[in-house]
Amino acid sequence: MRRAENAVAALLALASASLVAFVVLLLVDPDTQWLGLTAAAGLALIAAALVLAGKRLVPHEPAVEPRPPLEDPEARDAVQTRLRFPRRKLLLASGGAAGAALTAAVVAPVTALGPAVGDSIVDTPWRRGRRLVDEHGTPLTADDIAEGSFVTAFPDGADKRELGSPVVLVKDDPSRIRRRREWAPEGILAFSKICTHAGCAIALYRKPTYEPTSVPPALACPCHYSVFATREAGKVEAGPAGRPLSQLPIEIGPNRELRAGGGFSGPIGPAWWSARG
Amino acid sequence: MKVDPLTFVDQRVGAARPVRKALDYIFPDHWSFLLGEIALYAFVVLIGTGTFLAFFFEPSSATTTLDGETVSHAYASAIRLSFDVPVGLLMRQTHHWAADVFLVAIVLHLLRVFFTGAFRRPRELTYVSGVLLLGLAMLEGFLGYSLLDDLLSGMGLAIAYGVAMSIPLIGGDVSSLLWGGEFPGGPEFASRLFIAHVFLLPAVMATLIAGHLLTIVRTHHSQFPGPLRTNANVVGLRTWPAYALRSLGLLLATAAILIALGGLIQVNPIWQWGPYEPYYGTNGAQPDWYLGWLIGALRLMPPLEVVIAGKTVIPNPFFGGVLFPTAVFGFLFAWPWLEQRRGATAHHLLDRPRDNPRRTAIGAAVFTFVSIVFLAGSADRLFLSSGVPYETQIWLFRIAVIVAPPLVYVVTRRACRELRDRV
Repeated sequence: MRRAENAVAALLALASASLVAFVVLLLVDPDTQWLGLTAAAGLALIAAALVLAGKRLVPHEPAVEPRPPLEDPEARDAVQTRLRFPRRKLLLASGGAAGAALTAAVVAPVTALGPAVGDSIVDTPWRRGRRLVDEHGTPLTADDIAEGSFVTAFPDGADKRELGSPVVLVKDDPSRIRRRREWAPEGILAFSKICTHAGCAIALYRKPTYEPTSVPPALACPCHYSVFATREAGKVEAGPAGRPLSQLPIEIGPNRELRAGGGFSGPIGPAWWSARG
Repeated sequence: MKVDPLTFVDQRVGAARPVRKALDYIFPDHWSFLLGEIALYAFVVLIGTGTFLAFFFEPSSATTTLDGETVSHAYASAIRLSFDVPVGLLMRQTHHWAADVFLVAIVLHLLRVFFTGAFRRPRELTYVSGVLLLGLAMLEGFLGYSLLDDLLSGMGLAIAYGVAMSIPLIGGDVSSLLWGGEFPGGPEFASRLFIAHVFLLPAVMATLIAGHLLTIVRTHHSQFPGPLRTNANVVGLRTWPAYALRSLGLLLATAAILIALGGLIQVNPIWQWGPYEPYYGTNGAQPDWYLGWLIGALRLMPPLEVVIAGKTVIPNPFFGGVLFPTAVFGFLFAWPWLEQRRGATAHHLLDRPRDNPRRTAIGAAVFTFVSIVFLAGSADRLFLSSGVPYETQIWLFRIAVIVAPPLVYVVTRRACRELRDRV
């Protein structure tokens, strides 16, 4: 018994020292690792003291008690008698109607939270002749897109954070593009950067390392790995996406500036009720 | 006249009788009964560390400059509280670790309750409030790491928006309502996330925890069969002094482990992910562990969408993001009534898993199903460590998720029966 008491006292003394060290460190040199170590050690030592005290210093004989009954039919009957009143059905029905109307009135302001969907989701800033710029607003030319590279572009002057804005540009050998070759002058292909599955940014480009044996190039989303074939107009090659990645027609203007040849081939962004128009 | 505090309070509100009852309350003893307590204590640590963090965090998507880069106030303040505030990083990392441990403890606690039949009459309400708490804890954790506006939180919110959009018919309106417009949302969205994370959900969870504990106290704890223990009594340590000392020790030990993790093991280094823009993404992005089963379901689902008359009636993310978790939680909520559909009597003695082969086999099959989907959520990481191509893995997981649960059911039921019948 004496030994247990000494041990508890020693643990508590060590805990005090550790926690004082924590306070001093916090004031002098707040280093995350040492703060964590001293605070954790202090708490762990007190915990050890408490558990030891609970095991050795106080009685811990198991106690036995009968379980008190939960239900009380007599009280239940009394409650039910008190709740009885005449013309119960009529009053309950009208009370329920009022309650439902009140709930509707209370919940209705929730609709003030957001605007109606309208065309905001379907609309994109891309129009025929719109210049393509990079993240800093610098216009992109056909020479900026090297074969095998992956460039993110935006419509000149538009809000870059809008889902309809960002496109990815990749360059391929024009003769290998199987569909919509005329949308990709010099092999420069543009696709919406927003995945048609759940709306993440398409951040991966699988380019063939050795054309004769490699699989054809594709864009992939790192969230759920939907894979879109760039030579097949954004067709879903693998993964959970239910519709192709929308393509943007490209034109090369004066000074070799890149411009949109029109709007996207289809609605962009994650799948939803009107995702197909 | 000198009056001691107990007498003072007792004379005014009659405290002595309930306090005596509380001190005499009996806790049956088994190590697995501590899992729920650990969850409760992790929640305490979450409230403490979270309150500290809220003093420094600015929930705003308005931009500011941080080291010459344009970032949101949310991201900048999270970086500043990590690097410039003394104990800021320790608090942030302890908060994050506590959330992860909170959910580990809840899930293990749920498994214990399920496989020992502790959910049976009269404890159905305790069980239902516990399952509700599991769902809310997942949502609360997700909202927490979504606040910071780093690359990982942005990618997570993009998926959440995609899943909200995928709800048939009303998805577009629901997501516009929640986000205040199209993703990434209006300027008010950051405030909505914040108030939900620091007030609405914690308040609901605290209320549910109170209800959970109140129903336990009313029914008293269940216990495993053993010497002296019957269905009509309760055997164990009284609150005071032995159990209180031990439980307080467990609170401090839980806090000690969480603080040690927060101080020594880096978690969610947002300065490495960088700030988020809707056109940024990266590979190697994994959610916190408790959302792994949802990303797995989104990845495993074949590219199926139900289209009728040009309308996308069921968009693909609905299957993995809404239907799958609804089915799993539906099963959990319904199970006490499915098992007791032929009538129920009060059970205060727990089963060992082998005592009820059918329940154990069904539980093991469902657990296997969810676990395989969970693993599929890390297939891109498994590819890096195992070298098995991603698409091969997805097909293997798709086969396993259909084949393995029935196999596990048959094997588990057989094993339980043989263990039970062996004398």
